[in-house]
Amino acid sequence: MTDVLPAAPSTAAPLSAGEIDAVRQRFPILSREVNGHPLTYLDTAATAQKPDVVIEAESAFYRESNAAVHRGAHTLAGEATELYEDARLTVAAFLGVDEHEIVFTSHATEALNLVAYALGTASIGRGAGAAAAEFALGPGDEIVVTELEHHANLIPWQELAARTGATLRFIPVHDHGGLDLDAAASIISERTRVLAITHVSNVTGAVTPLDVLVPLARAAGALVVLDACQSAPHLPLRPRELDVDIAVFSGHNLYGPPGNGVLYGRAALLDALPPFLYGGSMITTVTMEKAEYLPSPQRFEPGTPRIAQAIGLAAAIRFVQEVRMERIAATEHVLGERLLAGLSTVPDVRVLGAGSPEPRVALASIVVDGVHAHDAGQVLDEVGIAARVGHHCAQPLHRRFGVTASLRLSAGLYTTEAELDRAVEAVASIRPFFGLSEGEQS
Amino acid sequence: MSGLEQLYQQIILDHSKHPHGVGLEAGDETSHQRNPVCGDEITLALRWDATGERVTGIAWEGSGCSISQASASLLSTLAKESTDDGWSWTPDEFTALIHEFREALRSRGTIPLDEETFGDAAALSGVSKFVARVKCAMLAWVAAEDLLQRRA
Ligand SMILES: Cc1ncc(COP(=O)(O)O)c(C=O)c1O
Repeated sequence: MTDVLPAAPSTAAPLSAGEIDAVRQRFPILSREVNGHPLTYLDTAATAQKPDVVIEAESAFYRESNAAVHRGAHTLAGEATELYEDARLTVAAFLGVDEHEIVFTSHATEALNLVAYALGTASIGRGAGAAAAEFALGPGDEIVVTELEHHANLIPWQELAARTGATLRFIPVHDHGGLDLDAAASIISERTRVLAITHVSNVTGAVTPLDVLVPLARAAGALVVLDACQSAPHLPLRPRELDVDIAVFSGHNLYGPPGNGVLYGRAALLDALPPFLYGGSMITTVTMEKAEYLPSPQRFEPGTPRIAQAIGLAAAIRFVQEVRMERIAATEHVLGERLLAGLSTVPDVRVLGAGSPEPRVALASIVVDGVHAHDAGQVLDEVGIAARVGHHCAQPLHRRFGVTASLRLSAGLYTTEAELDRAVEAVASIRPFFGLSEGEQS
Repeated sequence: MSGLEQLYQQIILDHSKHPHGVGLEAGDETSHQRNPVCGDEITLALRWDATGERVTGIAWEGSGCSISQASASLLSTLAKESTDDGWSWTPDEFTALIHEFREALRSRGTIPLDEETFGDAAALSGVSKFVARVKCAMLAWVAAEDLLQRRA
């Protein structure tokens, strides 16, 4: 495999135009056309496009090494197991944690459900004795989320609260879209047992001020669960430095295949939590009455896992590591500023959460006055621009902003300034297409 | 005409801006349909003649994209125009019409809506090339179908 960038410098400078071009060459899909226009893919937050190395790693596995892992003694089984465990090492190194702190799941959604269910199971007295009992929730205990969570980091907690009698509370957002940190300081209290928050909002792109929230949770003795779906692809992610107990993301957001999610959990925590799904590959001894479980991560990975997907994710991680996450973050910072500056010149367009003081990734969700998001997105699709329309699995946040849907533009490491300029131009054409002049209400 | 202009014909834009048939009454038997992808919502009621055997009108309320709102408005206009012409639908006729509408919209541009049958609503033919939008256009029609099935 050729290097991604010929002379990868060790700076944190944004990628040059030439370097972005070299990166783009590695994503085969970017050369296709949509509706007679070059594809402008601005839906990376929904799922990222895949570089050639990911496509090849997955297919090479099926061509050369396919076998079940952890379940056989033949040569292929050994090779497949080694590749799968190598993938775990790659993910662990990427996050700066130990390999047995990495659990592979189907996606971030399953990872969050795993944690919520494991806590629920501990709450009915199952699990490894005193260590698990420490996590038991009941009436009087509180779980805290924020008003800007993706449904995947909200509904599992609603259900956990319902099962255990604990109370679910949320940190509200200000009108400008930022989290109300004063409210957070009173909501997070000694009753708080879990703080489950997103690292980067998939609607506003804002980076959550963890430096404020995590210490509050620590002081309260609460577990901190971080939804890193929208940060892992765009910022260096170091769960230990962030001092969180759990961090989850989906491989498909990080240029890897769908069907694979990552759960990082602090070793002591994972060893104490009861399993979520039960079956083969997770046990030591089974009798007709009961079973004993392997330590983490195996205890959380029953069944035949998503092997090729894990191998594909490892290839994606090596790819972004070659470019360097620091440089990706710097490049996308410039892109994000340009996107917001461009959108601010378009009349009658509102960017959700634009007024919040937090730094943000290159993502903006907009509302075009008088035009439903679905119609607005159609105008972009006509010129080959892929953007997401809808509530982006964040209905409460959209309700908070007084809208049901928005149009989201989200960049990746292959996005160019010219693409964002085209998108802004296309956004400016939406109201005129629907016959609305400047300032006119529909 | 570009694909976009085929989708958003002037008739559709007019109906979405100035929808017809809006306004439900207390006590109406309604069907509420949602498109969870984009939050389109339609609540629709059928108006029956004195014998209760023929549909003479359609009333609705809703919010959402221009295609979903225009489609509800066009359906209500179609019902009104046939009633004004002295003709109204039996449940079977209306059900057949909904089936024909659905078949055309799902045809990926191969079956146009017949202008004789559908009047101005035939402008919705363009939607059938936009697979992601078929659901928007179907919403009001599915609500009507739901009410007819409840009666059957
Ligand atoms: C912030 C956030 N959390 C959770 C998820 C759920 O991810 P998945 O659907 O891959 O499980 C997403 C999806 O993109 C997301 O953006």
